Amino acid sequence: MSVKALKSEGTPPHITQFTYLRRVMMRRWVVVIGLFIIFILIFTAAFAPLIAPYDPYQQNLKSALKGPSSSHLLGTDELGRDLLSRIIYGSRISLLVGIVGVSLAGALGIILGLLAGYYEGCINIIIMRFIDSLLSLPPLLLILAISAILGGGLLNILVAIGIGMMPTYARLMCGQVIALKQNDYITATRSFGSSGFRIMFMHLLPNAFPTILVLLTQNLGFAILMEASLSYLGIGILPPAAAWGSMVSSSQRFLLTNPMLSLLPGFAIMAVVLSFNMVGDGLRDALDPRLRGTL
Amino acid sequence: MLNYILRRMIQTLVLLVVLSFIAFSLVEIMPGDPASAILGSTATKEQILQLRKEMGLDLPFYERYGNWLWDVFHGDLGWSYMYSEKISDLIAQRLPITMYLSLLAILLSVILGIAAGIYCAIKRNSFLDQILSVTANIGVSAPSFWLGLLGIYVFALKLHLLPVQGWTSPFDDFVMSIKQAVMPVILMAIPSIAVMTRQTRSAMLEVIRQDYIRTAWSKGLAEQVVIYRHALKNSLIPVVTLLGMQLRIFVGGSVLVETIFNIPGMGRLLVAAAFNKDFLVVQAGVLIIGAVVCLANMLVDISYAWIDPRIKYH
Repeated sequence: MSVKALKSEGTPPHITQFTYLRRVMMRRWVVVIGLFIIFILIFTAAFAPLIAPYDPYQQNLKSALKGPSSSHLLGTDELGRDLLSRIIYGSRISLLVGIVGVSLAGALGIILGLLAGYYEGCINIIIMRFIDSLLSLPPLLLILAISAILGGGLLNILVAIGIGMMPTYARLMCGQVIALKQNDYITATRSFGSSGFRIMFMHLLPNAFPTILVLLTQNLGFAILMEASLSYLGIGILPPAAAWGSMVSSSQRFLLTNPMLSLLPGFAIMAVVLSFNMVGDGLRDALDPRLRGTL
Repeated sequence: MLNYILRRMIQTLVLLVVLSFIAFSLVEIMPGDPASAILGSTATKEQILQLRKEMGLDLPFYERYGNWLWDVFHGDLGWSYMYSEKISDLIAQRLPITMYLSLLAILLSVILGIAAGIYCAIKRNSFLDQILSVTANIGVSAPSFWLGLLGIYVFALKLHLLPVQGWTSPFDDFVMSIKQAVMPVILMAIPSIAVMTRQTRSAMLEVIRQDYIRTAWSKGLAEQVVIYRHALKNSLIPVVTLLGMQLRIFVGGSVLVETIFNIPGMGRLLVAAAFNKDFLVVQAGVLIIGAVVCLANMLVDISYAWIDPRIKYH
């Protein structure tokens, strides 16, 4: 059988990786819904001042704790602030924490993982034992401990989430690098005289990236969840800032009389985290070579 | 086997040493001087120097680490200024509560997760399989404090089936204790049920494709026998490892759940300590929880090598 015949039997020709990804992802309704919610999140975060009907910090004690009405679509909180506007502004913090937190964690983890995987021996042992110990701690506890020591506030929360989520990336990256290093093209590059730095960042990193990308997408939701949890516990982003987590905790006293006040911001957290997880799962399946053609 | 156990023990010991170093450094990297923080702004320079000397802060890093480790080995984790109590006593009261709730949650998630996973694997792509996989995704995504509030609202405030919050020891009032533990345990189990279901499903699907399962089918064995006698045993192996790794998730979940339901466990202690900047308690909590997870992982790995002899050769 000629080469041509072989080719025509396999996957349809002339499909780029991106087209394939898009087709596989778009065929699943959960992924489409997830992408749609993420789009709404980005839109509201970007245009919050234009969309929000009120100033999220504007207090009006006369109209405090009112239910939904035509002037306040979702009602008002205990200080008379418009709930809808606060939820809309809250999307900014969540999106920011998700993207920056995960990027920080990813960057730290990728560098440590590359070093540990590429240079075996002493460096690997030191880095990986450190990573393993961090991995024996619950992520929330680690992030809680770091932010307790650094203090609350957006910047410190980002650092805490970055460090707290870094071990998973380092672990994954290290494993990937050790596997990829066995390939002939790495040996070839090395025999050309490429530096370790060049091999790591020009060859190993791009090849390991699809796997890391899946984890990055899935962890966007996780980072948002961690920030919300910290803010709920009163250690993260502090009131009066409109963070979804602290909105839940400050309104839970009114659970019996105004349940929506604490339940709606929580619902927003869940919807956003769920969307990132769905899209991440879709991406994982689409990039998994073993599942190619079955989806 | 003995060789394997010994190797695993040494690995755990190394992890514990690194962990103790991390826990010690946590407080070290804290900005500001602990002595002047304790004494407040009115203290004189001599008083601060005096306290620094008493606390051993004037010694070099490695000596302080050594002294601290020595104290830890003798059961002295320091003094909590928030509770004015020995930290070891605080932890001794609270750790059993968290472990009790975690064990119940583990039990629940193993039973439900494995059952759902088997069902999803056998009836792959059925309607219920898809519904379960979406539910599992929601279970991982929903913040537990939100689910907790939802549960309190529905089951406690509206239906009056369960108490709103609180903790009673099962030895004092068993019925009340169970009633109060229902929601916290379910909440702690939910994320793991989801992960467990997914893991069992994919492990089962992997095993079902293997030759010995085809042989079992072709021998004419009943479906029950093939699934439960042949397929299940091997597909549970990755689930057991997962359980070891999940332990930290249960303990982490207790941080939120204990706060919502006002349960005096480790999680709430650490939140209160973090909130009140009682760093020595945070440090001790990190050390103790990390150590418990490390030791539990070691036991899981050893038992797992015993169940599946192939493991110890890797």
